[in-house]
Amino acid sequence: MSEIKNKDKSTRRDFLTTVTATVGAVGVGAAVMPVISQMNPDSSVKALASIEVDLSKVKEGQEITVLWRGKPVFIKRRTKEEIAKAQQVSLKDLKDPQDDKLRVKKGKDEWLVVLGVCTHLGCVPIGGKGDYNGWFCPCHGSHYDTSGRIRKGPAPTNLEIPQYEFVSNDKIKIG
Amino acid sequence: MNEQTTKLAKEKFEPVHTNKVGGSPFTGITGWIDNRLPIIRMFRHEYLDFQVPKSLSYFWSFGGILTICLVLLIVTGISLGMHYKPDANQAFDSVEKIMRDVNFGWLIRYAHMNLASFFFIAVYLHIFRGLYYGSYKEPRELMWLIGIVIFFLMMATAFLGYTLPWGQMSYWGATVITNLFSAVPVVGKFIVTWLWGDYAVGDAALNRFYVLHWLIAFLIVGVVVFHVIALHIVGSNNPSGIEPKDTRDTVSFSPFTTSKDLLAMLVFLLIFVAVMMYAPNYLGHPDNYIPANPMVTPAHIVPEWYFLPFYAILRSIPDKLMGVVAMVSSIAVLGLLPWLDFSKVRSSVFRPIWKQCVFLFVLDFFVLMYIGGAPAEGIYLVIGRIGTAFWFAFFFILAPLVSIIEKPLPMPTSIHEFEDWKKQGKIKTIKLFNK
Amino acid sequence: MKFNFFKSSSLFIFLFFMSFTNTSFSKEAHVDLLKTSWSFDGFFGKFDRASLQRGYQVYKEVCASCHSMKQLSYRNLGEQGGPEFTEAEVKAIASQYEVSDGPNAEGEMFTRKGKPSDKFKSPYSNENASRAANGGAYPPDMSVLVKARPGGADYIYSLLMGYEEKVPDNIKLEEGVYYNKYMPGNKIRMAKPLSEGSVSYSDGTKATQEQLSKDVVTFLTWAAEPHLEARKKLGFKSVIFLLILTILVYLVKKKIWLRVEPKV
Repeated sequence: MSEIKNKDKSTRRDFLTTVTATVGAVGVGAAVMPVISQMNPDSSVKALASIEVDLSKVKEGQEITVLWRGKPVFIKRRTKEEIAKAQQVSLKDLKDPQDDKLRVKKGKDEWLVVLGVCTHLGCVPIGGKGDYNGWFCPCHGSHYDTSGRIRKGPAPTNLEIPQYEFVSNDKIKIG
Repeated sequence: MNEQTTKLAKEKFEPVHTNKVGGSPFTGITGWIDNRLPIIRMFRHEYLDFQVPKSLSYFWSFGGILTICLVLLIVTGISLGMHYKPDANQAFDSVEKIMRDVNFGWLIRYAHMNLASFFFIAVYLHIFRGLYYGSYKEPRELMWLIGIVIFFLMMATAFLGYTLPWGQMSYWGATVITNLFSAVPVVGKFIVTWLWGDYAVGDAALNRFYVLHWLIAFLIVGVVVFHVIALHIVGSNNPSGIEPKDTRDTVSFSPFTTSKDLLAMLVFLLIFVAVMMYAPNYLGHPDNYIPANPMVTPAHIVPEWYFLPFYAILRSIPDKLMGVVAMVSSIAVLGLLPWLDFSKVRSSVFRPIWKQCVFLFVLDFFVLMYIGGAPAEGIYLVIGRIGTAFWFAFFFILAPLVSIIEKPLPMPTSIHEFEDWKKQGKIKTIKLFNK
Repeated sequence: MKFNFFKSSSLFIFLFFMSFTNTSFSKEAHVDLLKTSWSFDGFFGKFDRASLQRGYQVYKEVCASCHSMKQLSYRNLGEQGGPEFTEAEVKAIASQYEVSDGPNAEGEMFTRKGKPSDKFKSPYSNENASRAANGGAYPPDMSVLVKARPGGADYIYSLLMGYEEKVPDNIKLEEGVYYNKYMPGNKIRMAKPLSEGSVSYSDGTKATQEQLSKDVVTFLTWAAEPHLEARKKLGFKSVIFLLILTILVYLVKKKIWLRVEPKV
């Protein structure tokens, strides 16, 4: 017999093997981590995660579109009528009830910043069209109002407001 | 009833039982699976209980090391492939993007390129083991031949992979090596244009090299499976060259050889990680950090170090076609060794003359490696030619000659007797790799 | 034929490493490079932040007029492991440059102020323009130049310091070509770029030729290897970890094999 069966499992040997296996597992985990991590957004993508938009040239009533994280963002400088219309809508009439005041920054309610992606299936709605003077999505006929809220059509929720803030009076940082 | 049906009626029919479910020593879910697909009992039989000579030295660990290298190359390769762009205008920049922007991209890239080098270090040591201990001899000839196929596939994969960063060496190395095919008589030029998909190495070549790099890498996995199956049929050789006869000669693969292989893998990994982290570009060439320029050829086109001996052989023959033939034959000739060396003794431990020949061959290998990196002129060319001549002489002259004239040293009758002789100091083995 | 195994194995190892000296074969005489101490050398190498910032200033004021660094973005100047300018400083640096963007709604390309996410602005739009402006010579992109030359940082430093006044008799210089001791072939199309006082350092350091050369080479080394510090740090941790694991596995292996050979 070339093997002496060691029936007596000394606790020292078990401990050593367990410690070794644990250290080994830690090593394998540490080695796997970069392989998983490399699939996360790289630093060039993360650098474009926030953008600054200069609003000084946007006139009243005008809407601009900027590209942010690969998607369009509509920035509209609303007229007084458009703001009034948006604020007067009763929450009962909304599929996704949300007060206009919650969709703009305090003291800056002339600026509406919404993600230009229809909440139904992701098409880009067209501005200045539709029954509610907001946006109209041609794919399946969703109508959004002057606050970007869904009024008619299959979309379930209002146009998303991205995270943004005013870094100066006429400049916002999105993301 | 006609003649045919009468004939059928008289025939005896063999009972058929294609349903082979059953026979599993396992119970529960394990048994359920194992009864239908016996991989669990196969695993136990082939990788746990498998009897392996107990005299194996660390030279036998390189198979496992090679497997680890292959797995890691594939894992890092897939990670790189998610970011690399195989377009002549974007390739170099995409590699830089990996190095700079991708999370741990620098680590994965350096790992992949240094693993390629270490893959070859391991394979050369693995082949050396085969040469020294006669692992190519009966009944392991086919396993040896499959190994040579793997080696050719490795070289193809490495060559293709090196073109991908699209540096100066990538481009010009690709140009030189693909141009070798023009040496083929009559159709050579058409083959080259066909390979390139263009009139020179360029975007068309790069794209297909990328695809072929992936393809051949996975082909290697397939051929390795056959290599290991063949191994499990004939069993491992061992430093004594004597086949195991009873359980005094063997140990079970697990935990004995597995723990030993694991240790060898870790030492190998340690050296690899040290090189990768502290000298990641040492084994490479600075010229490959210059973007490919079809108008400017580097002063010295050099392949990666692992190709240098064969590059030297290629350049030592003045005729283009014969140079290519010599280069390919210098590797293919390994395949003839089981028949050129017909000594009945396997291991060089007991072959005093063949042992020296093998060491001289290894020396020749390093000399040719040095020459391969030198300009192909003057004294370098002379030495290269002598080295090439010796290379082929080793196979065609020394192998058969030594088989005939050599008187082997007295041999033990079994592996366990070999182990006793070692302890008694009666025989010398390569101490560095002994347990 | 007697063969000593230890002698032969050491011979093989020696030959193996000697095989690599061939990568720097050249017909010309091999000149020893100037050696200086680099903070980033060695197992625990780090970049000197102040040196990197000065080096960037040298690049910007002297080299950038001819040499691009296309692989770098302005934001890299603020990232960890590099010059580590503040976010505000990086924004300020980027906005000094007018970069091309577009097309706009009219279909035209326009220029705008640079942002941190933009790549370094190149002095020329492509290699042909660069050659045309430099008498046919192409000032190479310097993003990975330190890795693209044998000798690396030492070579670039030597080259910058190697413009010797006395030209050897056997070397004839054409119009627009200068003598450099360390350039392979000894002829270089770039005039001596750095002399004492070429740049007035914003941190007040004395701008000797050595200082300028050292700082810009440190900067170029970082540019080629922005993750050098992380790599060496991780390298140290990995090697120690693997050493420990190897020792543990060695002990486990020995224990296991005692079952076969009770006497070690």
